[in-house]
Amino acid sequence: MDKLVEMTNIYKSYEGVVALKGIDFEVGFNEVVGVLGDNGAGKSTLIKIISGAHCFDAGEMYIKGVKINPKKYSVKMAHSMGIETVYQEKALADKQTLWRNIFLGRQITNKLGFINIKKEKEETDKIMHDVMGFRGIGVDVDSVIKTLSGGEKQGVAISRAMYFEADLVILDEPTMALSLQEVKKVLKFIQTIKDKGKSCVYISHNIANVYPVSDRFVAIDRGKVVGSYNHEDLSLEELSEELIKYTKVSTQINQGERIL
Amino acid sequence: MDNLETKYKVKRFSRYKSQIGLVIMTASIFVLFMITSPEVFLRGRIYQSFLSTVPFIGFMALGLTFVLAMGEIDLSFPSVMALSGFIFTITFQTTNSVILALICSILSGVIVGFINGTLVTSIGIPSIVVTLGMQFLIRGFSNIISNGLARTVAVDKTISYKIFVGKLGPIPAQSIWFIGLAIFFYFLLFRHKFGEHVLFIGDNQETARMMGVNVNRVKIIVFMLMGVTASLAGILSCYRMRTWWPTMGDGYMMMTMAAAFVGGTSMAGGEASIFGTFLASFIIGSLEAGIVAAGLSGFWTRFVCGLLILISVTVHVLVKRKK
Repeated sequence: MDKLVEMTNIYKSYEGVVALKGIDFEVGFNEVVGVLGDNGAGKSTLIKIISGAHCFDAGEMYIKGVKINPKKYSVKMAHSMGIETVYQEKALADKQTLWRNIFLGRQITNKLGFINIKKEKEETDKIMHDVMGFRGIGVDVDSVIKTLSGGEKQGVAISRAMYFEADLVILDEPTMALSLQEVKKVLKFIQTIKDKGKSCVYISHNIANVYPVSDRFVAIDRGKVVGSYNHEDLSLEELSEELIKYTKVSTQINQGERIL
Repeated sequence: MDNLETKYKVKRFSRYKSQIGLVIMTASIFVLFMITSPEVFLRGRIYQSFLSTVPFIGFMALGLTFVLAMGEIDLSFPSVMALSGFIFTITFQTTNSVILALICSILSGVIVGFINGTLVTSIGIPSIVVTLGMQFLIRGFSNIISNGLARTVAVDKTISYKIFVGKLGPIPAQSIWFIGLAIFFYFLLFRHKFGEHVLFIGDNQETARMMGVNVNRVKIIVFMLMGVTASLAGILSCYRMRTWWPTMGDGYMMMTMAAAFVGGTSMAGGEASIFGTFLASFIIGSLEAGIVAAGLSGFWTRFVCGLLILISVTVHVLVKRKK
């Protein structure tokens, strides 16, 4: 068991459209993997398979050395195996308070299912200070999510994953629609994941954001892995050039298809 | 630091602003009634009468608050009230067993709720359409099986009569049940895992699903809960009037919804107020008496009721926006 996630030759199609055409993908322990690719490349499908939201049609997947049966794998099972996914828009509920959001689905309750509000608030307060580093003004455990900024929301979602001992945190476009200042905060959160010895899969369009925090990059195009690079082997500029090469190829093919 | 603390205090206060506003509104309405017709509203009897009639709206308004909190709607409850009342009546008439009659009646509410919930979740039909259809279907069904005829129920000789609609001193028993149910629903919605799931589903269904909430199951249970509250209203009506009649529940639809909306629960889901629904049930339930006692014709009731809904909902929305 030397990899956290190991996928070989994974296929997935939706109603006749093939989204993944034999993907090989892996995530090591304490590794941050940046997944890059255009819209429709298959990035989202890939992470939805890892997070248990979708099942794959063919291929093999191992998590911590355990072979996964695609029919039985679910979000709940992924959680219990230490895999947490943070979706940008879907991570938190806007009208609810911070403490309710942190413990949703894993409430601290008595035997009858009534929530121990005091304990949940205390824990949330602890998480805010120890994990998130929120010493900010105006944000407390009773804050309603819609009053937080985009970066703070990502912080809450990532901290929640960390608190529940996730070994792998999957981030889907965590910096989309954020200001530069907010992006910095999110990148800091990703650094904390790494510092605490956990792994992360970071999906983005933006190479400049992915580059500084990732150990490895995987480029995906039209359902296939087209390149894998180590952080120390190339600079941001070299990585950009590599990726542009692929986009060019794919654009040419697209044009070719159009002519045909 | 002092500044920060006061800021939090202000924040905490603003969280209850909507409810404080509602208390003030309720108080001013009753003060107004007392001024316009002191001979009625300064005596206890009118309040006793409210306590005996308001719980019927109140029960269903509490159930509806859960449905609204999860971002859905139920229009079938007035018919469920009639169906459950009928089932209670015939079961009691044929078996003479109160317990069996209660079980069968409540079960009918549960079943209707289950069908509503299943059609909404599994088939994916909007709840407004499902429950509208169900409203007609059940009303028709209870008319067919009852042949459209009213029936008397001789429940007043059983002990259960005292338990459900008897009097505890000057207080009608059904109002105590109403208070009990309101307290129970308050804890269920705001202190229980289940209620938290309801609020999150109303707020953002996808978030709830991603965090492992079984969205469909919770929705079906809430529709069943609505069915049960409508059944209870039907049963209590049968007890109180000692009669079942085929149009039972007619006229409750708009009053019940008004109670939930005036109370501060919005149709958008994710937010609800049990306390608000509780108070607003009394406002809505006392309007007609207050208006008639003031010497205005009964035609004013709807007008004032409409005015009240528009004003209170506007205030609720503005208060929330300020936050």
